[in-house]
Amino acid sequence: MSQLNGDATIDDGSSLSLSDVAKFYSSADGSRVHALHGFSLSVAAGEMVSLIGPSGCGKSTLLRLIAGLDRPESGALRVGDAPITDPSAERGLMFQDPNLFPWMSVRRNIQAGLVARGVLHRRRREVDEFLRLVGLEAFADHYPHQLSGGMAQRAALARALINHPKVLLLDEPLGALDQFTRMKMQDEVLRLWRARGTTMVLVTHDIDEAIYMSDRIVVVSPRPGRVEIVIDVALERPRLRNSQPFLKLRAEILDLLHFAGGGSDEAVESAAGRFRGRQS
Amino acid sequence: MTGVSTLSSGDSRIISSAAVEPADRGGRAAAALVAPMVAAACALLLHWGLPSRQSPLPTRLYPMLLAGLLAAAVVLAAVHRAWPRLRPWARHNAPLLAGGIGVLAAWDLITLKLALMPLPYFPGPDMVLVGMVDDRGMLLESAYHSLILLFTGYFAGVAAGLASGILIGWFRGVRYWGMPVLKVIGPIPATAYIPLVMALFSNAFVSGSALIAMAVWFPMTMLTASGVANVPVSYLDVARTLGAGRRYLIFRVAVPAAMPSIFLGLFMGLCTAFLTLIAAETVGVRAGLGWYLKWQQGYVEYAKVYAALIIMAAFFSGLMTLLFAVRDRVLGWQKGMIRW
Ligand SMILES: Nc1ncnc2c1ncn2[C@@H]1O[C@H](COP(=O)(O)OP(=O)(O)OP(=O)(O)O)[C@@H](O)[C@H]1O
Ligand SMILES: [Mg+2]
Repeated sequence: MSQLNGDATIDDGSSLSLSDVAKFYSSADGSRVHALHGFSLSVAAGEMVSLIGPSGCGKSTLLRLIAGLDRPESGALRVGDAPITDPSAERGLMFQDPNLFPWMSVRRNIQAGLVARGVLHRRRREVDEFLRLVGLEAFADHYPHQLSGGMAQRAALARALINHPKVLLLDEPLGALDQFTRMKMQDEVLRLWRARGTTMVLVTHDIDEAIYMSDRIVVVSPRPGRVEIVIDVALERPRLRNSQPFLKLRAEILDLLHFAGGGSDEAVESAAGRFRGRQS
Repeated sequence: MTGVSTLSSGDSRIISSAAVEPADRGGRAAAALVAPMVAAACALLLHWGLPSRQSPLPTRLYPMLLAGLLAAAVVLAAVHRAWPRLRPWARHNAPLLAGGIGVLAAWDLITLKLALMPLPYFPGPDMVLVGMVDDRGMLLESAYHSLILLFTGYFAGVAAGLASGILIGWFRGVRYWGMPVLKVIGPIPATAYIPLVMALFSNAFVSGSALIAMAVWFPMTMLTASGVANVPVSYLDVARTLGAGRRYLIFRVAVPAAMPSIFLGLFMGLCTAFLTLIAAETVGVRAGLGWYLKWQQGYVEYAKVYAALIIMAAFFSGLMTLLFAVRDRVLGWQKGMIRW
């Protein structure tokens, strides 16, 4: 943390390695929910990985573990070479709920990370840049209760981006946005990702978004959450949403998810096998 | 807690919901605006028309007051006419003004005019006004002394309560030892400490303000601590992933999030501060409204007792209104969420 305070920006991604991570939640009646079990994944520095999977399969849980907000029951999480023990500004997390501080204006919310790290005086200019980036310059002095759901989400995105973390964890960051704004925001995030080399883990329910954004797509299976299959997205950037390869990959993933959702294990395996065959 | 939560600031809500009145309500608005003028005129006629049955005979002060209220009613109607933005405010206050004048007239009637209530305990409005005007210097000085004592004690208690509340709310170790202490000594009314405090401090001002501070400290600590301890974890989580250290978490997240609860403590503290102020002034402190009250009661000067009570009411409700205004400003981010 201390080296952070001296730096204007953090930048340049770190690699992530998760091995055999397990996380339980115990409920009041004593029963335990297996949120994650045997979850292993490596993310290279500067890579953009998407997590997709049904609701309740442990995606948010995984991001909280990587952020250092929770500890796993077993397994190891590392960022670079260091084990993850505590939250840090190096690992930014944009929560599924915007969770804006209701007592701060939009501007103050966005600059919260700079204030927390004591670097606001040097980087005040950036606050306006990020306000503009998420299209909220006219709402800088509004309070969260005056924002629409999508506006709150954009403010939360700016708040997470402004710290220039080495690892950025995004939990359905654009879920509340209309298609047009969403595509614009996707491009902005991609632009920052390229410019900074941030490692990004993106949770999304939108397959197009996963394909458009990521280097790899990790399909997570539910209860307990673990890696079902990892799909390499070997499309050139910038990607075209209606190009043949894009649409073909999209159809294949949908096919795979269809089997993963309703089919037997063999059906999933054969679909996955077909998939792997086509990928190589 | 319920005592405070019923003290809603009606005015601020009316103003914030300023709306254009539909045309069919125009008649009712006009009636509401005429009501205080009619009330003042009736009160005057009543006062001049009926024979007085109590001595001493009334002075010109009470009719002058009524004339002043009549003028206020006219001004209110004029404001309503000329100033569209203040229309809801004028509309809101006109019936209240009429009601106040009605109370004065009823008071005049049952004391001076019909002599239904015995003297010297129940003087009429004119006698009280005379007492107020005669003793205005003394009353002002007493109010000033009360204000100084109240503020000294209140702010000391608020500062101490904030500090201990934050410590107890945030640090588990402090809570472990602090809560039992709070539970044991907190509920004792501060006035019960009068003998102890008087033995501790020879200076009456110091002991009085210490007493008030103690009375304020308890609700302040309780509500600050509960506010800080109940900060939604999600806010703390967000701050921690943004690189927040302990100071940021406490002073920029926990305390602001606890503000609604802290204001509840400020209100409860102010109420107990009033109680304790008057109690302190009637025992040790030889100045202030409470002392004046006791002193005039000793001389069976009930008109002056009522005069002091009226000043006290204005003084306390003025401070309450001020605190409401501060609350509405500080908790502006909560707009639409405040229900008290
Ligand atoms: N704080 C908690 N206490 C108890 N159980 C929890 C808690 N948080 C999550 N869970 C459980 O863990 C499982 C995974 O939850 P998680 O929030 O990670 O799902 P998710 O994949 O993010 O779902 P969604 O797509 O709906 O956001 C769920 O079954 C949920 O019930
Ligand atoms: Mg989730």
